[in-house]
Amino acid sequence: MNDAQVIPINPQPDGNQESESFPGERQLAAGLRFLRRRVEGSYEVDDFGFDRELTRELLVPMLRPLYEKWFRVELHGLHHIPDHGGALIVANHSGTIALDALMTQVAVADQHPAHRDLRILGADLVFALPFVGTLARRAGHTLACNPDAERLLEAGELVGVWPEGFKGIGKPYSERYRLQRFGRGGFVSAALRARVPIIPTSIVGAEEIYPILAEAKVLARLLGLPYFPITPTFPWLGPLGMVPLPSKWHIEFGEPIETDVFTEGAADDPMLMFNLTDQVRETIQHTLYKLLMQRRSVFF
Amino acid sequence: MARVVLVTGVSRYLGGRLAKAISKHPEVDRVVGVDLIPPPDDIGETDFVRADIRNPVIAKVIKAAGVDTVVHMNVIATPVGAAGRSAMKEINVIGTMQLLAACQRSTTVTQVVVKSSASVYGVSPQDPAVFTEGMEAVRLPRSGFAKDSIEVESYVRGFARRRPDVSVTMLRFANIMGPGIDTPMTRYFSLPVVPTVMGFDGRIQLTHEDDALASLELCTVGDVGGTFNVAGPGVVMLSQAISRAGRVNLPLPTPMASLTRDVVRRFGYIDFTSEQVEYLKYGRVMDTSRIADRTSFEPKYSTKETFDSFLRAHPLGRVVPWSAATDEPSASVTHIGGG
Repeated sequence: MNDAQVIPINPQPDGNQESESFPGERQLAAGLRFLRRRVEGSYEVDDFGFDRELTRELLVPMLRPLYEKWFRVELHGLHHIPDHGGALIVANHSGTIALDALMTQVAVADQHPAHRDLRILGADLVFALPFVGTLARRAGHTLACNPDAERLLEAGELVGVWPEGFKGIGKPYSERYRLQRFGRGGFVSAALRARVPIIPTSIVGAEEIYPILAEAKVLARLLGLPYFPITPTFPWLGPLGMVPLPSKWHIEFGEPIETDVFTEGAADDPMLMFNLTDQVRETIQHTLYKLLMQRRSVFF
Repeated sequence: MARVVLVTGVSRYLGGRLAKAISKHPEVDRVVGVDLIPPPDDIGETDFVRADIRNPVIAKVIKAAGVDTVVHMNVIATPVGAAGRSAMKEINVIGTMQLLAACQRSTTVTQVVVKSSASVYGVSPQDPAVFTEGMEAVRLPRSGFAKDSIEVESYVRGFARRRPDVSVTMLRFANIMGPGIDTPMTRYFSLPVVPTVMGFDGRIQLTHEDDALASLELCTVGDVGGTFNVAGPGVVMLSQAISRAGRVNLPLPTPMASLTRDVVRRFGYIDFTSEQVEYLKYGRVMDTSRIADRTSFEPKYSTKETFDSFLRAHPLGRVVPWSAATDEPSASVTHIGGG
């Protein structure tokens, strides 16, 4: 049921060898075929609502300029992500909106040799919002809850979790690169039950895209948001203030923590859960400090 | 092992078809069909008894016929005719209570099969993506069919506790669709312009009517016992389904969506509750591995094939001219979707 689905890109064999009668004809034809499939509704989504074709043909390409040109993301330790089989990426969260998660998704889809789909676990608020929630499901994201995480991991998917949640992205600029509490360690028990490795991942650069100088608490409460950020540009410059600062990003995928060395009932041992959670947290924090030391400047 | 089977709700589409199918089964000697009105369709060799399950008279029917298997098909999703919601609730809840009370007193009944629904899992944005039988609703439904289904299931569980010697099977179906059945869902997709809630797109999972009948028959004739999710593999997004049907998707802002629902409801064409609107917004998917593991049941139709079989039976009303599933039926069969 959760097998990665193979989507036929071309329903009919195309005569690719013929020369194009005008430049870009082939791309145009492929684009029209894609459009036609969307209009007809002849595409596949999985049980989570993941629309692989839409993600790969539209959503990732839309984010790619941001990844390549704006943030110029540099990757380290990409070989720590397995080519196939389940694995859990656990990363630090920052940057007011969850761009760091999306950039990690682009990194894994574009740069990893196996071009894997990253299945991101999101906060429940995401799925209650119109448009955002629908788009998130289409992009392969799902609710951060243990049943969903375990189901995806057991199906051999690559899952990404940002356990700091809103505490991470909504923290003030003065607390940048200081990890917040890591929830209740639910992600560790999911990885242990599915017996997949945990990959501690550190993201540097996302803290500086929207530096939160203050919070408008009353406004946040009025709008029902977890926080309402005030940055040097937002809300002063209006929509222009929503343009992120072009910081230079580094994403380091750390050495995987294997979980199949533990016994069957290990996921029910709270002490082991706390220790593993701490180990993951410490690893990410230390890698963050290391990357920050190596960084020449925020923007280059 | 089943010999005398009692089927409630036999004058409704699925109940009638089930009674007819079971009456042909070699191991079944007799099928007694019960409903308030005579069945409109042919129900085969089924003996029709006009009785109200809300009335203790049902106990007499069970005793007189020596029923050993009771199939409860009379939990209804829509208020019938002008009878309204309170009559529907009475049929669902009081009817189930009376029927189970009769079963509890009976010395002949050894097996009870109940048609339930995926709506017991509720709908909310905080739901896990896929529900297994062991999970409960994150947000409990407060009204309508979903609430009735939860109450019916709790009575059935209570009965199972009091009569542990009776084998109890509950089948939770996703929305049942197909060429023959008429439900609020089939009427909804028959609209030329289909209103949806702007910014939302639910994951729709369907059960084909033939698969629903096959699983019910299997659990009635064979002794299965337990609670099972029954649905076709795969998922169709609401917007995708509307595209496949060649209808026009009309996204409405939330306040207008509920207004439209009220108008359509008043008009008497589709009776959608607020729960069903939530379902169209977020959708719901069930894990169906348990019934595959424990029984020989295997759905013949995926969700997509179920929807396409409905479309082929209702070709009228295609508004958008370009192709959908019906133009290339072979294309729709390629999706098998795994287990």
